[in-house]
Amino acid sequence: MRRVVITGIGVVAPGRPGTKEFWSLLTDGRTATRAITLFDASGFRSRIAAEADFDPQESGLTAEQAGRLDRAAQFAVVSAREALADSGLAGSYDATRTGVTLGSALGCTTGLDAQYGVVSEQGTRTLVDHTKAVPHLYDYFVPSSMAAEVARTVGAQGPVALVSTGCTSGLDAVGHAVDLVREGSADVMVTGAAEAPITPITAACFDAIRATSTRNDEPETASRPFDRTRNGFVLGEGSAVLVIEEYEHARARGAHLYAEISGFASRSNAYHMTGLRPDGIEMAAAITAALAEAELEPGDIDYVNAHGSGTKQNDKHETEAFKRSLGQRAYEVPVSSIKSMIGHSLGAIGALEVAACALAIEHDTVPPTANLHEPDPACDLDYTPLTARRQRTDAVLTVGSGFGGFQSAMILTSPPLKADR
Amino acid sequence: MTTVLAAPTAAPSPGASRTAAPVVTGIGVAAPNGLGTEAWWSAVLRGRSGIRPVSRFDASGYPVKLAGEVPGFVDAEHVSSRLMPQTDRVTRLSLAAAKEALDDAGADPAQLPEHAAGVVTANSFGGFEFGQQELQALWSKGGQHVSAYQSFAWFYAVNSGQISIKHGLRGASGVLVSEQAGGLDAMAHARRQIRKGAELVVTGGIDSALCPWGWAAYLAGGGLTDGEDPARAYLPFAEDASGHVAGEGGALLVLEGAEEARRRGARVHGVLAGHAATFDADGASRLGAAAELALADAGVHPDEIDVVFADAAGERGADRAEAEALAALFGPYGVPVTAPKSMTGRLAAGGAALDVAAALLTLRDQLIPPTTGTELPAEEYRLDLVTGAPAPATGLPLRTALVLARGRGGFNSAVVIRAADA
Repeated sequence: MRRVVITGIGVVAPGRPGTKEFWSLLTDGRTATRAITLFDASGFRSRIAAEADFDPQESGLTAEQAGRLDRAAQFAVVSAREALADSGLAGSYDATRTGVTLGSALGCTTGLDAQYGVVSEQGTRTLVDHTKAVPHLYDYFVPSSMAAEVARTVGAQGPVALVSTGCTSGLDAVGHAVDLVREGSADVMVTGAAEAPITPITAACFDAIRATSTRNDEPETASRPFDRTRNGFVLGEGSAVLVIEEYEHARARGAHLYAEISGFASRSNAYHMTGLRPDGIEMAAAITAALAEAELEPGDIDYVNAHGSGTKQNDKHETEAFKRSLGQRAYEVPVSSIKSMIGHSLGAIGALEVAACALAIEHDTVPPTANLHEPDPACDLDYTPLTARRQRTDAVLTVGSGFGGFQSAMILTSPPLKADR
Repeated sequence: MTTVLAAPTAAPSPGASRTAAPVVTGIGVAAPNGLGTEAWWSAVLRGRSGIRPVSRFDASGYPVKLAGEVPGFVDAEHVSSRLMPQTDRVTRLSLAAAKEALDDAGADPAQLPEHAAGVVTANSFGGFEFGQQELQALWSKGGQHVSAYQSFAWFYAVNSGQISIKHGLRGASGVLVSEQAGGLDAMAHARRQIRKGAELVVTGGIDSALCPWGWAAYLAGGGLTDGEDPARAYLPFAEDASGHVAGEGGALLVLEGAEEARRRGARVHGVLAGHAATFDADGASRLGAAAELALADAGVHPDEIDVVFADAAGERGADRAEAEALAALFGPYGVPVTAPKSMTGRLAAGGAALDVAAALLTLRDQLIPPTTGTELPAEEYRLDLVTGAPAPATGLPLRTALVLARGRGGFNSAVVIRAADA
């Protein structure tokens, strides 16, 4: 069996861009949630989000790219460049054996939302005026353009695709890349996810289903996973891109290894497009299958990175899934939700969480759940409230749960060399 | 372009227990020239096109007026009244095709072990017409007028999600976007799930975005012909090719582990024998490389390919690149090539999925469907293009087909289909 390791990480997260900024925000337990600045949110039920302080040109994009690429694609390109540089691979890999899988739930929704206003003349005509559209509207229309942009950025000539499974897109994109390396379709994959959903249309539909938090007066503490007072998720945005490689390929070039991705599985609840079965049975099944693939027991897991969106329903569902799949270990192992700090960036969050898990292994540190002051009696595990923990971290479980019923789980473990240190 | 068949370096056995190629046991079709597999296939063999003036919205003010629309689709026959307000047309077409495919397979997912059946679809636009309706509400009336269903009715995962719910498919599932290449990439991902232990996966692709908002995107994308004669607008590989026609629809298949299908005595349409995907990062076409790698993955020599279903862009530069790739791999005029998508238009994620359905039925009926419109391919392409009437097998039976697809932006994908007994 070919083994797969992470050798590069690039991040654009809420707050300042870059992997270092991301990890320091998480381990400080700071939050990047705030009143929405990206559009005029007055009139919306939820007016808060976790926004990236992102300037395309400061981040190295050309004016042409800044004008052409959707905000999500910009995040992806910047993250991919950071990841590639971090991996030390640049210029020394076989492009035909390198691919890209990028996750996104909503694709170029920022661009589509704005362009609809243009071609419909602010909603005054449904037979829209196509002559007013930007020339690259088709790229917003079909979001595989984002994966293509990343592939051109890194020069990948192997398999390339966008993975779009709602809020598990990020985790599933990385899982897909792992499969491609394992089966021999590629030796290197540049993989992750990007989302820029802080737009009126996305805010409106989450308002309509009352999924987002209305704690508009306390944006910094609005995302409260597992807390009794939680009242919905806080929308986020961003991107994380990883360079993953076949283990011998990485070892042969003396690459730094963050972690091994040793198990991945997904299941569907076939229950409801937005609702969750309270018993968490499919998420538990995904966890069990991922553990089996990693050849680990629940007792081996040192940290659980939860989906932890902060909706009433999710956090209970997930707690049940952990108990069902991990048994007694569920009560012992530290669990946390980084969405408490960087919000829920839908399709991107799974990749940001994989990056956080790789860094947790790298630094032997578990990021906390911020804003957790009043534990919900229905959520009775150790959610690592408020403060990061230094602890030996060799095996990590991360999970995702998405609209459409998708449930995914991934296991990351210490790279083979860490055991010797 | 090398014609040497290079096996992928260090190709290992797949990740888990199973190596036998999975089989297709069910086909469901929603195509512009026929709703339902047999209606569509009989139209294809008769060379009957589904390209016609756009009827789903008033296209008279736009420079392109032709499309491939699925005819006679009565939503209420396929979707419950409860689902009606929460689904776009693309999801309704998908639900219809998924049901047809499962019925055709005679498979009851409820009889399978828990979490053994899944759904992996490709999609390119989500529920775009639904999306236009809600964007219109947003821009004209404000955020509070946006439907709660917008949270899932338009996004790219909607078809996999709704099919999963409808049929209780609780195994590994997925959604891929790689434009026209998506239908093939989804099948490869379904095969991957079967290798990892799934028993049955509904897979393929359906797309639909025939609304003014979708039309604006298509027009911005370019590549559409402005020809107004439905019979002569989309002419793959012709000297006077002027672009393609956009269409809606596609195909969903039931893919099963070979052993499970055999055990339950399922009728097998064919075997998904190989796949590969490549990307044109530097402008040079890697379609030929995808084809070569797919053949290697299937363990098939180019001589064994009996028919190629071409991507058939209908645009001179892209047609030439494809023809060169085919000549390099098979030799000039080396293999019968066809593009029945001349009768449907290009269906995005649905296009190559429908071509796989056509490949399976070609092997069943021993008849290669024609490319319509194009009377003769441009001579420089040196293509044995099947035109006019369906071409019967000459000599040995038709046993193995290659299906090619290119997604806008540089995506290439190739699939090898073998007859059940090949």
